[in-house]
Amino acid sequence: MTETENNKILEVKNLSTYFYTDDGVVKAVDDVSFDLKKGETLGIVGETGCGKSVTALSILRLIPQPLGRIVAGEIIFEGRDLLKLGQKDLQNLRGNKISMIFQDPMTSLNPVYTVGNQVMESLIVHRKLKKDEARREGLKLLEMVGIPEFKRRFNNYPHEFSGGMRQRVMIAMAIANSPSILIADEPTTALDVTVQAQILELMDELKYKTNSSIIIITHDLGVVAKYANRVMVMYAGKPVEFSSVDNIFYKPAHPYTIGLMKSVTRLDEEKRGKLKPIEGLPPSLIDLPKFCIFRARCKYACDECKGEYPPLKEIEKDHFVSCYRGKEFMEGIIERFDN
Amino acid sequence: MATIKELEALEEIETGKKYSRTSLYKDAWKRLRKNKLAMLGLLIVILLILIAIFASLISPYNPIERIKEDSSLGPSIKHFFGTDLLGRDIFSRVIYGSRVSIEVGVIAVGISVVIGLFFGALSGYFGGLSDAVIMRVADIFFAFPYILGAIAIMTILGPGIVNIFIAIGILGWASIARIFRSSILTIKNKEYIEAARAMGASNNRIIMKHIFPNSFAPIIVYATMNVGTAIIVEAALSFLGIGVQPPTPAWGKMLADSMSYIDVAPWMMFFPGLAILITVLGFVLLGDGLRDAFDPKLK
Repeated sequence: MTETENNKILEVKNLSTYFYTDDGVVKAVDDVSFDLKKGETLGIVGETGCGKSVTALSILRLIPQPLGRIVAGEIIFEGRDLLKLGQKDLQNLRGNKISMIFQDPMTSLNPVYTVGNQVMESLIVHRKLKKDEARREGLKLLEMVGIPEFKRRFNNYPHEFSGGMRQRVMIAMAIANSPSILIADEPTTALDVTVQAQILELMDELKYKTNSSIIIITHDLGVVAKYANRVMVMYAGKPVEFSSVDNIFYKPAHPYTIGLMKSVTRLDEEKRGKLKPIEGLPPSLIDLPKFCIFRARCKYACDECKGEYPPLKEIEKDHFVSCYRGKEFMEGIIERFDN
Repeated sequence: MATIKELEALEEIETGKKYSRTSLYKDAWKRLRKNKLAMLGLLIVILLILIAIFASLISPYNPIERIKEDSSLGPSIKHFFGTDLLGRDIFSRVIYGSRVSIEVGVIAVGISVVIGLFFGALSGYFGGLSDAVIMRVADIFFAFPYILGAIAIMTILGPGIVNIFIAIGILGWASIARIFRSSILTIKNKEYIEAARAMGASNNRIIMKHIFPNSFAPIIVYATMNVGTAIIVEAALSFLGIGVQPPTPAWGKMLADSMSYIDVAPWMMFFPGLAILITVLGFVLLGDGLRDAFDPKLK
């Protein structure tokens, strides 16, 4: 246990990020805790609006001000609480130790600079490289992320690149300073399916080369199954299940995780019926119920579920779930894939 | 390890093209050069500046010297643009008049652009209280008709060319600030700004390197068009007697002085008017070209 403790590169404890809107307080992220180990890929999964992106933005303290605020929690990285850092320290951290890849490569590059210029920028900002050195490094980075004719392409503008190529540029920018953590916020959502696979392969390959850890945020269970080591499933701003990828896929213990599994196409199953969407809609994040947030959509709800919100409980080693009947699901006492 | 020079040399061999370092401004200049109309505008502006600098070498007469026997003559070989009522050579006066117009156009608009950019950036980027205060002050400036404001300021400061700079500079900042602010508000929420912030760029860097070049276009267009307005406001102030003081030649003043003789001596009005027209046209063409040049998508 001590060994794994030391392996933790990032630790998020009881993070809560709220947005103060005219309609009320939106609890976008509410009491989320997780950790990231060195060299691992952590997947954060959930549907739109469940707080995945806000969790990622909170780590880099990029929550839009003054609407949003991180109201509680700790984010420990290299022995420091990121939530207590000043502006200067934060700027030194962003893009250097922790960097981020955004969802839409079409709009995440500055249209007035050449891609080479943009790759060079983070080298100049963080490593204080001279223009010539930064150019040399930048060329290397473009080669590393597999841009054909990278020497010529260095001087092209973003609009002269395709979506996939732009995402490669974004990745080159993100890994420029060999960060210890790479946060990818739905890095392939805006791309074609064929390009998606290439980008994910590239990220995986670079993870080993640069010895970094990745947090990948997605709603695509296929991505998670292939690339993640551990998975955190989020629902309505809270983590509902957190475990290794095998546990999540073969022994899901939360009815929401099970629902997610049932609502994607599977090629490996004999009996292919209709997809089963999860009935109902996620609750409004403005006034969440005191009891289990999933109860309204859960057909397995029992009397106990009317009580307090079930805390995240370790039902087996490294398998956390916030459901009173989690153990029953995991052990298959409740038939998981019934109709 | 290969030096950068060697790498570049290698690259030239590989691509067969001369390697050139690119930057935003260099590329903009490249695109500007391809735009014929913009180059015409630039040519006009450069010519004007040269004329203003070398006025004493170009003009055949002293612009304030009165040649009594030549009073009110039409254009001829001796006096290209004719003479005015007092017998002064209009060609020389138009040439010297360019000094006032160029100075007013460039310096006064420069002042308003600097003030406007500063407050626009402050209110657009940081928002909140500073935004509210600056925009309310700008509203006060908008409430005055431009020319009335200029007259009021000139009355307080007294006539003179430096005071014209100040009056026009102060009056123009509000619209520049407002345009820059709205530009920033649009750009600020773009994803590449968030990406830059995630990359660890400081506020200064984000404003100067990411927001500013992207919100440059409307400022350039507006500023160059403002040059025209400034020249015309100067003319109006001179006409009212609170601008440039005679006998210093200024196009606006010449226009005003010759107004009553348009039917008998049209040349007195025609040439200064033409000078104003060409000057304003030059700045507008240049401004238009610059706007296109700063947009790489139009390449």
